[in-house]
Amino acid sequence: MDVLLDGLVEAWRLLVGGDADTWEITALTLRVSLTATAVALVLGVPLGAVVALTRFRGRRVVLAAANTGLGLPPVVIGLFVTVLLWRSGPLGAFELLYTPTAMIVAQAAIATPVVVALATVALHQVDPDFLVQMQGLGATRGRALLALFGEARLPLLAAAMAAFGAVVSEVGAAQMVGGNLAGETRVLTTAAVLATSRGDFALAIAFGMILLLIAFAVNLVLTLAHHREPARP
Amino acid sequence: MIGQNRTVLAALALLLLVGCGAPAAGPSAERSLILATTTSTQDSGLLDALLPAFTADTGWQVKTVAVGSGQAIELGRRGEADVLLVHSPAAEEEFVAEGTAGRRRLVMHNDFVLVGPASDPAGVRGAGAVEAMTRIAGSGAVFVSRGDDSGTHAREDRLWESAGIAPGGPWYQETGQGMGATLRVADENGGYTLSDRATWLSQAGSLVVLGEGDPGLLNVYHVIEMTTGAGERVQADGAAAFADWILGAPAQEMIGDFGRAEYGQPLFVPDAGKPDPTG
Repeated sequence: MDVLLDGLVEAWRLLVGGDADTWEITALTLRVSLTATAVALVLGVPLGAVVALTRFRGRRVVLAAANTGLGLPPVVIGLFVTVLLWRSGPLGAFELLYTPTAMIVAQAAIATPVVVALATVALHQVDPDFLVQMQGLGATRGRALLALFGEARLPLLAAAMAAFGAVVSEVGAAQMVGGNLAGETRVLTTAAVLATSRGDFALAIAFGMILLLIAFAVNLVLTLAHHREPARP
Repeated sequence: MIGQNRTVLAALALLLLVGCGAPAAGPSAERSLILATTTSTQDSGLLDALLPAFTADTGWQVKTVAVGSGQAIELGRRGEADVLLVHSPAAEEEFVAEGTAGRRRLVMHNDFVLVGPASDPAGVRGAGAVEAMTRIAGSGAVFVSRGDDSGTHAREDRLWESAGIAPGGPWYQETGQGMGATLRVADENGGYTLSDRATWLSQAGSLVVLGEGDPGLLNVYHVIEMTTGAGERVQADGAAAFADWILGAPAQEMIGDFGRAEYGQPLFVPDAGKPDPTG
């Protein structure tokens, strides 16, 4: 129990005391995870829309692949990305291993299937006649699609939150492709693992608390955002 | 229409990726080398003390990848690391004999300790290292192994081999984790384990030292420079700079002082230029 209490006190001290390393680690965690989530949304929502709204050969295979991706162990993705980015690997010339970019790539790879799977469900939930009705009312196909996304905005938001939650809390891939380099690729999860292996449990718990706090803050912002009336064209 | 949208989105995604990548790759692109080392040098905090001085002296940035000695050597073998700081002499000699590594030089040592519960259920206190292992196996007391191909694990395996025992069964537990985690499992399960002294000093729990001082418990660290023979991207000049620096007088002095203030004894003994006990 003492350790938990010490962890809380330590988290407070690090955040309020303005510990430079802690802020740097927190900022990098946010930067990497939010970017990876954005990439996953940019790639995953259109893919999800295609899977939900069109019929093509192999559609079920794509959906099954995305659903598998929902449960794919991040450490497997980390291993794949590591081997790709190795100096001797196919992308070795870019020297990306052990950089934040490598972490973003791995995390985007983890989050994209999550977005595809959940966006497909989100867009499926809207009345199948919705697009036809909108076009019947004179909307262009682009307008109709925008309106469809508007209808599905709550479940789409849930997809974004799930993707962010998956990557911000992830440690296996972040450790593998980032290397947990101090000041360069150390994020809250890998910092917590290192503090644990050094026997500094209070510090590890403090990092955990900060992680919880930012996960909550991001989700709070997203949750409040969907209570606002969306701007209709 | 949909096709166009997809092209635009794909282009956007690419821009986003490139946009994020550019600033990240900037500062680390110049004179940065990869050091593959053991968890003990990172977990003890030794590297935190040494590396800023190295960077200040030479301008080389160091990316430290802390893994077991086995994995560190494997990274070297693949040309994924430029320089290694490891403590698994038998595996190191085998690796150097392959020919892709450059010089291998003695840096420092500390020692392994056999630790366990103060009640010492297997009665190993005061016995030699090999005899202690035999008694633990014979008594069925719990022994917790790292089981991770680290230098510590390699040493443990050698002790079992010397004792003529193939460990296994319910009394033999493998964590597959670093030294700190393994010490905690041993502590919680009332078991014995083999630890480097530095990690034991920093997180002993309720475990006490029951075996130490045996020549078979010497823990020797070497620095191994990689060459372009392991891969064309290996930065042999950075590797040489690191190896020369850590063997130089100022670094050796820092190693000898490290931990003295906190633990009352140094965690490592500098050995540059001394005869190599592992040949």
